[in-house]
Amino acid sequence: MTYNLSEKVLNIKPSGIRKFFDLVAERKGVISLGVGEPDFNTPWHIRDEGIYAFEKGRTFYTSNSGLKELRIEICNYLHRKFHLTYEALTETLVTVGGSEAIDLAFRALINEGDEVIIPEPCYVSYKPCAILANAKPVVIDLKAENDFRLKASELRNAITDKTKILVLAFPNNPTGAIMERKDLEEIAKVVIEKNIYVVSDEIYAELTYKGKHTSIAEINGMKDRTILINGFSKAYAMTGWRLGYACGPKEIIQQMTKIHQFAIMCAPTVSQYAAVEALKNGDSDIEMMKEAYNQRRRFLLNSFKEMDIPCFEPYGAFYVFPCIKKYGMTSEEFAMKFLEEENVAVVPGTAFGDSGEGFLRISYAYSIDNLKVAMEKLKSFIAKLKQ
Amino acid sequence: MREELLRLIENNSRIDTKELAKMLNVTEVDILNELSKLESENVICGYFTLIDWEKISVEKVTALIEVRVTPQRGQGFDKIAERIYNYPEVKSAYLISGGYDILVILEEKSLKEIASFVSDKLSTLESVLSTATHFILKKYKDMGTILEKQHDDDREVIS
Repeated sequence: MTYNLSEKVLNIKPSGIRKFFDLVAERKGVISLGVGEPDFNTPWHIRDEGIYAFEKGRTFYTSNSGLKELRIEICNYLHRKFHLTYEALTETLVTVGGSEAIDLAFRALINEGDEVIIPEPCYVSYKPCAILANAKPVVIDLKAENDFRLKASELRNAITDKTKILVLAFPNNPTGAIMERKDLEEIAKVVIEKNIYVVSDEIYAELTYKGKHTSIAEINGMKDRTILINGFSKAYAMTGWRLGYACGPKEIIQQMTKIHQFAIMCAPTVSQYAAVEALKNGDSDIEMMKEAYNQRRRFLLNSFKEMDIPCFEPYGAFYVFPCIKKYGMTSEEFAMKFLEEENVAVVPGTAFGDSGEGFLRISYAYSIDNLKVAMEKLKSFIAKLKQ
Repeated sequence: MREELLRLIENNSRIDTKELAKMLNVTEVDILNELSKLESENVICGYFTLIDWEKISVEKVTALIEVRVTPQRGQGFDKIAERIYNYPEVKSAYLISGGYDILVILEEKSLKEIASFVSDKLSTLESVLSTATHFILKKYKDMGTILEKQHDDDREVIS
């Protein structure tokens, strides 16, 4: 039978990560540096709280916006960590991961033909979500010489009278780049002048290795035009719990809640109870994981230095983004060959946008022993290339 | 770097110094110097291996012994503690608050050996008032490490 499907969906390219995943999945004994999730288990006290919620029979729907207690704790947390002030009941929405919040934000803001500016390389979902919301994605190719930060001039050049939203995703997946306060202030000037919105995906906010993360919502005049997205996956190693949140002006959150209500109903209840525990008592877990990530980050950067592989110093998330241009291969060729010859999986930078060409995303959400073996394999791979 | 280095080797004393240097962004010489300094200051008191002897069927019996003692004038508990901890059979000895004074952890090849240590040596010490011996039946976790093998990486290979 022929299926008459949505043209819009049919025209969306499958995720570049997915494509590489299928290749890797066929092989045995692969050393992977390809994951985008923490290697730590969810801290026990958080899991235990989830178990307790099950035991107590807390298995019903919560309110559409999420448990009140959780929303209050989210606001306390954002205030404590990032000096942000949000109202728990009207400006906070609990979602199924940060991903849902991205989708909701786009759908709540976009009218057909609006343009969404997406700086690439970036996480794979912004572009398809923008298309599904009937927007036109406008890509900015971020530059290695700027350490993959967004420059105000680049933003200015991309803005038209149709521009509605700028997507900011820092600390960044896949580059590990961050935006510091001074960078954000420059961007904010343009955003305010041009009267556009910012959807700020700050899922990696806790994982910065050069001072504390600054949210663009904290910059003067930005809170009213920013939808802040965050979640529990990266900071608390809770990817499978599927829990995130969005904070923003109540007029926008209200409309996002409407879509969420009809599409999702509410985020998983047990996860919400566990998340309350995470926010209340999880600060030291974050510190412990962050210290380990930072050690691995330095380990990889020093290993690249030894091998003479150029890599800018990424100060966020758990990725490094080395440049492999000098080996005369595309990212995909390099990643394929590395997989075939050494059985190590890395993700080609192009999976995250054309501007990722010439780069690899290497995740350090792995034990140091795993990374050590992988770096030895990389060393022998490169040695063979030079011959 | 001192504390971070200690936290790193606390859980893995075999981690090599080259690796440590890369993880802490210093030279290997820095690491070696710091380690020998920490050793000479007796901050690092030793390097040990956590072994689950049961897995290779070697008989070992571990007992926790609660010891009540009379502290000695001018020396408190230290003097009597020294008399106890100098026995090589004693694996650990701690001064404890609460219902008794000194907790002794003993490891021997058999129950009989432990019994004879307690009755012949420990109980006969002058300041020891009483002892209570508890045998360990099963070790679940030791030195912060769960002894059962933990499951492997269950994550998808690429995500």
